Amino acid sequence: MTTSTAAKYGTARRAVTVRVNGRHVTREVSTRTTLADFLRDELDLVSVHVGCEHGECGCCTVLFDGLSVRSCLMLAVQADGHAVETVESLSANPAELHPIQEAFAEEQGLQCGFCTPAMLLRTKEIIDAGREMTDAEVRHEISGILCRCTGYQNIVNAVQSAGAKLRGPTAGGRD
Amino acid sequence: MKPPPFTYCDPESVDEAVGLKSEYGADSLVLAGGQSLLPLLNMRLVRPEALIDINKIGDLQKIEGRSDILEVGAGVRQYELEDHALVGELVPLLPEAAGYIGHIETRHRGTVCGSLAHADPAAELPCTAVTLDATVVARSPSGTRTIEAQHFFQGRMATALEPEEVLVAVRYPVTPQAAGHGFVEVARRVGDLALAGAAAVVNLDENGHFTSVSVGVSGISDTPVRARAVENALIGEAPTEENITRAADEIVPSVTAGDDIHATRAYRRHLATVVVRRAITAAVASAHERSDGK
Repeated sequence: MTTSTAAKYGTARRAVTVRVNGRHVTREVSTRTTLADFLRDELDLVSVHVGCEHGECGCCTVLFDGLSVRSCLMLAVQADGHAVETVESLSANPAELHPIQEAFAEEQGLQCGFCTPAMLLRTKEIIDAGREMTDAEVRHEISGILCRCTGYQNIVNAVQSAGAKLRGPTAGGRD
Repeated sequence: MKPPPFTYCDPESVDEAVGLKSEYGADSLVLAGGQSLLPLLNMRLVRPEALIDINKIGDLQKIEGRSDILEVGAGVRQYELEDHALVGELVPLLPEAAGYIGHIETRHRGTVCGSLAHADPAAELPCTAVTLDATVVARSPSGTRTIEAQHFFQGRMATALEPEEVLVAVRYPVTPQAAGHGFVEVARRVGDLALAGAAAVVNLDENGHFTSVSVGVSGISDTPVRARAVENALIGEAPTEENITRAADEIVPSVTAGDDIHATRAYRRHLATVVVRRAITAAVASAHERSDGK
């Protein structure tokens, strides 16, 4: 490493400022800390579930600048100056569920709950995209997140039910 | 596991990135979308001394269309291919193939050029690059050079890039308006790497016969394969089921992948003929649609 490179990039820790669930937070992190570990260990957002740490399971999904990403496949330093939403962003008050959360509860769209925060965020993204989908399309759209319990049927039901709640009672789109 | 220690560099210009790459050479890796590199780091299969993150380089985030070329910068993410009007208009095979890459969560982050540099022989974008006769643009301190996709992929996850080079863009020749395209994959689950896949672009003359055929196949060898024998068997022929099926059989000698936990070589040989046939058939249908739509 040249002297100038060392001066600019030699540090193993850096301060990052990230807008997390609407609030700016600044922390010093190791440059090799993943975004998932940063959210869990530094910010106590333990809804970010770390399953496989190599992008297979999707349980660490968060919204990064509004787009779903696997937070185990990003570094915390890459979030500096960006916005991250975890499932905590859906409802500020734990006693009041977001319509998507209500739908998952009503349809039993979960069993062990490990994939649920990721599924809820992905559902929000699917519904925000505005397009009504068939059950088969929903199944395809959530395929990046593995659920080992439900067999997906109730999750698909929950996504459709949440879509109907948020779009209004006339929404159809079932197979 | 967690990534091993590295010197994290996040240059804001191509020149600085190239300077860092030449300084660290083979001890450094370029971090673009990270959807293949972060797993490798987390599993400690790679231990670069320096990681050169190119995400802050605005110049690399462009999709540009010229009269005969679509240029995609190294910062452009895979999902951008899916709904970018210019991409769909100039090289319609790309949005079609992009939908097969991993899952939407990885396409939101993964880059087009990163997939080429990673050079997984089962991946979609390397396959489309050889099908479309794309050119990879590499920068080093001594200048810029272009590498034809055919020569860029040199082996399983091995490319023609030199240690001091940074892949900065890929250039796709614009597909003729009347050409048809098709992309087909066989994978066990949605988002898995393909056991075998094929991309095809065809042109038909006024009698409906093939004037040009371009076919690339993934998952059957150490690199994506351009199916020249299949192509040659079809030029001048009518796009009948019989002709396409017979030509597709020409792919069999190119299947060099051995038996692995995913498939036997015999099964991959069979699959290769199936995906080639389906991709060409889809491309013919797409060419017919385009000529009907005129």
